[in-house]
Amino acid sequence: MNVVIIEYGAGNLFSVQTALERLGCTATVSCEPAVIRGAERVLFPGVGQASSAMKRLRECGLEQVIPTLTMPVLGICLGMQLLCTYSEEGDTEGLGVLPLRVEKIVGDCKVPHIGWNRIEGLKSSLFKGIDEGAWMYFVHSYYLPVNSYQVAESDYHKPFCAAIEKDNFFGCQFHPEKSGDVGERMLKNFLEWN
Amino acid sequence: MLARRIIPCLDVKDGRTVKGVNFENLRDAGSIVDLAVRYSDEGADELVFLDITASHDKRKTMLAWVEQVARALRIPFTVGGGIASEQDVELLLKSGADKISINSSAVTDPTLIDRLSRAFGKQCVVVAIDAKQQDGVWRVYRQGGRTETERELFEWSQEAQQRGAGEILFTSMDHDGTHKGFACETLSVLSERLSIPIIASGGAGSMADFYDVFTVGRADAALAAGVFHYGEMTLPDLKAYLSGRGINVRH
Repeated sequence: MNVVIIEYGAGNLFSVQTALERLGCTATVSCEPAVIRGAERVLFPGVGQASSAMKRLRECGLEQVIPTLTMPVLGICLGMQLLCTYSEEGDTEGLGVLPLRVEKIVGDCKVPHIGWNRIEGLKSSLFKGIDEGAWMYFVHSYYLPVNSYQVAESDYHKPFCAAIEKDNFFGCQFHPEKSGDVGERMLKNFLEWN
Repeated sequence: MLARRIIPCLDVKDGRTVKGVNFENLRDAGSIVDLAVRYSDEGADELVFLDITASHDKRKTMLAWVEQVARALRIPFTVGGGIASEQDVELLLKSGADKISINSSAVTDPTLIDRLSRAFGKQCVVVAIDAKQQDGVWRVYRQGGRTETERELFEWSQEAQQRGAGEILFTSMDHDGTHKGFACETLSVLSERLSIPIIASGGAGSMADFYDVFTVGRADAALAAGVFHYGEMTLPDLKAYLSGRGINVRH
């Protein structure tokens, strides 16, 4: 299967790449629009700051490309946040695939939200074979509030959206590539999705 | 809700783990990868690797084992030991480390924290602080506890947070190696004053010590080496114990 990981200088692609390798899939790492358009699956990872990540996407000419992709696309962590319309982080306009706003975590809790948390209300085939309350690894300071595209929820300062699905676009706030067996199963489901 | 994390720490020298390890069925007790995978399988939430290699070839060796660990491990891991520049960090992250920890180099040049945080995101910048109490003051030490500094724990940890640290790893030198429990009172004050997560280190001896560090000490994570390496307790037993006493752990 032709799987492409979008490279735009935002974060650690090595983990996603090796996680796919463990599933027997050799992914291509690329920022070339033609390569990305030709993929059967696209992974859109990202850590770091939203506005500088969007700037790099624009510089790579990917701002127009990503929203028009038709194969299954999985945004991970910041990747998922950038699929939304807006992020409070750096007052950033996102790719607008999902009409949602990303907000800063504010409350009586430590920020960043770092560590293992449970996901519930699982509503996507991404979670086939994964139990309610499964543990996933999160690292983030901004979050997506509960919304109608949500296919998994978690709870920190308050309940928040842990995963989304809209047509061929998927996103997860947690890091499946760092979430042990369960995360690996989710990546496998994404590769096998039809 | 977010689980409290249990983090085994492995010392690495010349590409091998150095602490004597009481695990049976390990093909090679000194193999970093075998030990890391073993801890991961047993339920470690993260791992920390501290490279204590002194030689000039250090960086090359370090990148090689970090990449091997990254290929094998499906949980996050932090690498520390002699990291002093953006270039060091970039190479380690590209080799698959999730976070890096800086200690002496941050005390010597605090702007390193700002620069790393800006370049790579605060989520991967762990500032490690070694300190011990002198005349009622928590004095910060560098160079693995060998050199006293002018810094004081609370003031330095707050500055590190302001500069962009994502987490603080506090080791009480007074408690380290004693197996008599963590510096819970101090940790609790630290937790009160900081808004970023705190990893407690130094003093783990019994399962009750972990319960105390999460309740009295209010730590977000607890790090230990000896109790796991020498088989004094296993991760599944520890997590079952904590869970049974109402601590939210992943198990």
